Amino acid sequence: MAEPILFVLMALGSLAGAVTVVAARNPVYSAMGLLGTLFSVAVLYVLQLAHFVAAVQVIVYAGAVLTLFLFVIMLIGVDTSEDWDEKLPYQRAFVGGLAGLIALFAGALTLFGNFEWVPAATGTNLDSTNGTIHAIAELLFTDWVLAFEATALLLTIAAAGAIALAHYRRGQT
Amino acid sequence: MIVEAGLYMALAAALFLVGAFGLLLRRNALVMFMCIELMLNAVNLTLISAGRALNDLSGQVAVFFILVVAAAEVVVGLAIIVAIFRRRATASVDDLSELRG
Repeated sequence: MAEPILFVLMALGSLAGAVTVVAARNPVYSAMGLLGTLFSVAVLYVLQLAHFVAAVQVIVYAGAVLTLFLFVIMLIGVDTSEDWDEKLPYQRAFVGGLAGLIALFAGALTLFGNFEWVPAATGTNLDSTNGTIHAIAELLFTDWVLAFEATALLLTIAAAGAIALAHYRRGQT
Repeated sequence: MIVEAGLYMALAAALFLVGAFGLLLRRNALVMFMCIELMLNAVNLTLISAGRALNDLSGQVAVFFILVVAAAEVVVGLAIIVAIFRRRATASVDDLSELRG
């Protein structure tokens, strides 16, 4: 079947993109790595029947957010100065501990994939998780309509806040 | 043949780890922001695979809302980075420590 092959390919692609984000000296390369990760994760969404979310991911993240990142990189300039030699008193040890913990967690998830603590995990029912626009909208506009309206308000506030920040001038608060 | 949810969650954990790693080790505010986006994506992947394992669409709705909040967060965060850059001409967080307690 196609799912394991695509899963392996996209897992490798997303991890490679993520490592590029962290390791690249040039922020533009970081943005390109993020693009690769976002696309791979969108394919993983499609593999899990989340069609609408995958489309939104490509349009909003890979389209709008990444363009915004590239615009800001263009505005403030590509700063390739070395920032790996900075003094990091405790972060490296913290990262080591975190890496150990999450590696343990990921190993446990992989080994005991069909975990017992998920009560209803009895195979997949294609109809009930097929995330078409129709199915998502039915949930969105019945159970979650208040949250949906709140997101509209949130986006308006975010846009107004961004405009207010962009209008800032020195000496005037 | 179907890939188990645990494998998706393990991949999400790895992605989250790489994002957290970058957030702690990099000093460029823009790259740190991208690492936050990586971590958000890892959590989204977890929610989607959990929703599929539980035969429940609510996971996908939650991911939709997280996407909206992340978009708003990116707008405000990048505006703050640009505003700081116009005042201080730097994007390195080490030079922006005067708010420390």
